[in-house]
Amino acid sequence: MSPRKPIRFSRRQVMRSLLAATAFGAATKLSGCSPNTASSTEGGADGEAGAGAEGDVVVGFIYVGPKDDFGYNQAHAEGAAAMAQVPGIKIVEEASVPESSAVLETMRSMIEIDGATVLFPTSFGYFDPYMLELAAEFPEVQFFHAGGLYQDGVHPDNVGSYFGYIDEAQYVAGIVAAHASESGNLGFVAAKPIPQVLRNINSFTLGAKTINPEATTQVIFTGDWALPVKEAEATNSLADQGIDVVTCHVDSPKVVIETAEKRGIYSSGYHANQAPLAPEGYLTGAEWDWVSIYTFLGEQFVEGKTLMAGDIDHVFRGGLADNFCKLSPYGPAVSEAAQADAEAAREQFLAKELVIYDGELKDNQGNEILAAGDKYEQQNIALEKMDWLVEGVKGSVSG
Amino acid sequence: MTDSSVATAGGLKGFAWRRPLEAIFLPVAALVVALILFGGFCALAGANPFGVYGSIYQAAFGSWSAWQNTLIRAAPLMLTALCTALPARLGLVIIGNEGALVMGGLGAIALGLSIGSTLPPLVAQILMAIAGMVAGGLWIMLAGALRYYRGVNETISSLLLNYIAIALLNHLVEGPMRDASFVTKPSSAQLDPAIWLGTLPGTRIHFGLIYGIVICVLAYGLIQRTTFGFAARTTGGNIRAAKIAGLPVGKLTLAVCFLGGSAAGLAGMVEVAAVQKRINESLVSNYGYAGILVAFVARHNPLATVLVAVLLGGILASGGILQRSHNLPDATVLVFQGIVFLCVLYSDSLYGKLPWFQEKVVSD
Amino acid sequence: MATESLGLLGIPLGILAGTLRGSAPFLFVSLGECITEKSGKINLGLEGTLLMGAMSAYGVSYLSAPSVGDFWAPWLGVLAAGLTGMTLGAVHGWLSQQPRVNDVATGIAMIIFGSGLAFFFGKPFIQPQAPQLLTFDWGAWSSSPQIQAALRVSPLFLLGIAIAPFLQWFFRATRWGLYVRAVGDSPQAAMAMGISPFRVRMLSIMAGSFLAGIGGACLSLYYPGVWTERISSGQGLMAVALVIFARWNPVQCLWASMLFGGAQAIGPAFQSVGVDAYYYLFNAAPYILTLLIMILTCSPKRSLVGSPGALGQDD
Repeated sequence: MSPRKPIRFSRRQVMRSLLAATAFGAATKLSGCSPNTASSTEGGADGEAGAGAEGDVVVGFIYVGPKDDFGYNQAHAEGAAAMAQVPGIKIVEEASVPESSAVLETMRSMIEIDGATVLFPTSFGYFDPYMLELAAEFPEVQFFHAGGLYQDGVHPDNVGSYFGYIDEAQYVAGIVAAHASESGNLGFVAAKPIPQVLRNINSFTLGAKTINPEATTQVIFTGDWALPVKEAEATNSLADQGIDVVTCHVDSPKVVIETAEKRGIYSSGYHANQAPLAPEGYLTGAEWDWVSIYTFLGEQFVEGKTLMAGDIDHVFRGGLADNFCKLSPYGPAVSEAAQADAEAAREQFLAKELVIYDGELKDNQGNEILAAGDKYEQQNIALEKMDWLVEGVKGSVSG
Repeated sequence: MTDSSVATAGGLKGFAWRRPLEAIFLPVAALVVALILFGGFCALAGANPFGVYGSIYQAAFGSWSAWQNTLIRAAPLMLTALCTALPARLGLVIIGNEGALVMGGLGAIALGLSIGSTLPPLVAQILMAIAGMVAGGLWIMLAGALRYYRGVNETISSLLLNYIAIALLNHLVEGPMRDASFVTKPSSAQLDPAIWLGTLPGTRIHFGLIYGIVICVLAYGLIQRTTFGFAARTTGGNIRAAKIAGLPVGKLTLAVCFLGGSAAGLAGMVEVAAVQKRINESLVSNYGYAGILVAFVARHNPLATVLVAVLLGGILASGGILQRSHNLPDATVLVFQGIVFLCVLYSDSLYGKLPWFQEKVVSD
Repeated sequence: MATESLGLLGIPLGILAGTLRGSAPFLFVSLGECITEKSGKINLGLEGTLLMGAMSAYGVSYLSAPSVGDFWAPWLGVLAAGLTGMTLGAVHGWLSQQPRVNDVATGIAMIIFGSGLAFFFGKPFIQPQAPQLLTFDWGAWSSSPQIQAALRVSPLFLLGIAIAPFLQWFFRATRWGLYVRAVGDSPQAAMAMGISPFRVRMLSIMAGSFLAGIGGACLSLYYPGVWTERISSGQGLMAVALVIFARWNPVQCLWASMLFGGAQAIGPAFQSVGVDAYYYLFNAAPYILTLLIMILTCSPKRSLVGSPGALGQDD
């Protein structure tokens, strides 16, 4: 590996690369195309509002992974496809955009080249600093973030937060899991210890404990949102420890559900309905229901409503009652009693009566989180910053 | 390899113009061939090739905003490429750029968080840069030391050090360095805004671009014009001869590895001080591995590295528009990169082979 | 479905299970790279080949299942994986043997190209479930479900174990093995003997990539048994490291692969019994182990023992 380098080679390299870049530009220009005529978009080369062929509102969706991952991104993509059906809306999508400065350029490119006036960066990690930076730079473009982080007065006017209280669905799933589990040991394969994940773990456990107060949940953190080999190993380790119901919070639950089925243990799904993957062991699942939400928002955009004018709420969240999330249909292994208890809890959520974080609550280190009589309502900002695991969960939030 | 000033018939035509022309023609031809192949690929996938070409140009070089996009992506590549290019002159194949970048980021943020705003911003930034460079440099110097003193293959050790550095980063940001108030992802605290690395006036390109260009020029000068560089190149050419000649091979190895690692470490510092302002797993964005490719395509020449980095930056900048405007999946930009680099690598082998470019030697 | 918890016994069992199922991809890729490096060329592009192999195996298995049934479909997938690997190998073999073209650069370009192709054509296959390869239930003697699950062994793993000593014998005792080694040690001497380095290296690289493609099939048709874009955790690159670590000896490649496969399971196994501090560092265990072992066993004088002489030369 020892290159021999007389000086004249370097001149060659310099010229070659310089002219390479220039010729690249020349070749494309000479091949008869210019940005306005050749791009197969409807000529939306400038960042004007409604720069579509018929004055459509252009809405941009950004996903952190592939659109058909049987999980998080797919749920959003299905919602986006529903929004595209709203007359007067045109969507542009970009998938597999990492949570780094690349998303800055993607958003900017959508605004400047595609003429987007509304953006949906759907991954939690896009918010700070990327989305906030661009929101400050483009005050006439609306940014909707999938996460509950918007704070009035702190964040710019053109930013909105939407998210579903999917932990309500996980709570009900926990009830079903506790019924199905004979050992009382549940398992949770999680990606990273961020608040949304911890909320799901805690809600799942609290729901299970209403049926079996001795129930425990063993958590394994894989370290990243999509690591199939680690997720499979984690599921196998949980099964080895006698855990008989497993659920997860990773981008694509496919591996966890399939591995659980191979091990013959029950599984509870997440993000989307994975029942086809586990015909015998699938109990139920906590799914997003973005279709109705996105269709509604699409109609709002066509009517010209914006965040800045205050027509659309800055914080747009709901749980089972507002159709932000739903439960997967019950699988064959769910008993009548389990269904009855689950439906009862669901009714309470629909009536907005049930508070998950209620009464005396301790974390798994023994510290008191809530005193008896106190509660955290669903919108409480303290839940958005959760950094503890409730009593009954085996695992730790720091590596 | 014939000398470019070979005698030709007719004294006035003494300047041989064919070889430099070849140097221009081949890479351009490689790019054109790559574009044609890629266009064919897109056509098979159902997109209009000429539309694709137009979109690529528009997104990469078509406007000042597009140029900025390209340059922003090219800046870290210039620095990380040096982490492979410099040791390569010594005959070592180092692929630990990603790890050095991560360690540089960690060093910079550790220092930056402890300084805060207690020092003037420029001083703080210089100190952070030094911390980043030292951290990255030491990391790769470790690989060099293992090679020289223990005979451990440096390609493997630097590859393993990548994974170890990333694991260390994740461990630190989820544990000891974690800022609980930042809920988006496990992350350190944010740097004091006073010491953020700013952007070039009038643009949104951060100073990392200037660092990259300056360091590449300095590296070129170091390798080509100093005795140190000469010693390094000699050792790279024939290590036994170098030892016989008395060159301090061990010290050279450590020094060159340190310099290469410090360039990548500086890239890490720029990422945390200019782009993200805190450190978390987003620091690992494949700048390291892309830098390896840039170094090889540029034949380890620091000046060429700048231009190849811009080329790759342009390709990466066009990835988004391929998805959005032409309904091509996100993997298309990877295929594009692959085709371009395979064609450019192949074109290297054609030097001296095309008859038209051969100098006509007059024989008597 | 209630099972007894294994407690701390779960850790060695998990590591054993991880070895049996996680080492198969490393094994095939490292054996393939062993052939390639014995002939004097490095093929870093095996990471892309692995992904292409995984994708084509899964896709062919899924698409052919209606016609050939669930038993043969995965085997067709394995064959398809090998063939696509061979094709990519042919590209690498041809390009890297052109004058002045560097192995490592070609390899990295092939990683990008191979993974791009794999992700591009693999989009329709992320969702569906393809029939998986059969597994031998060697744990049937036990009443413990954990042991039964741990001892589900794939025929591909057994095939890999058989290939390792076969390759050792091949290099040592057959004519073609001699050609490969000759070309790897000294291409000039080989040419003087009348062997064409170009042809031998081309065939070696293609054979190596064929095996690497099958390694990818292990991932998508055995464990974890899915196709997604993140299915490879760097096995292709690490396998190149493994070959050097194993001193270009096929049987040592086998042991090294098993070390790696087992080490992958350390992190989750420890977390499941409650040791959850430092889980990132546990996940980095395979790499730290390899580095330590290399430091301990290498020495400046002995490091190149066994290395093919022409490895790393640029001709």
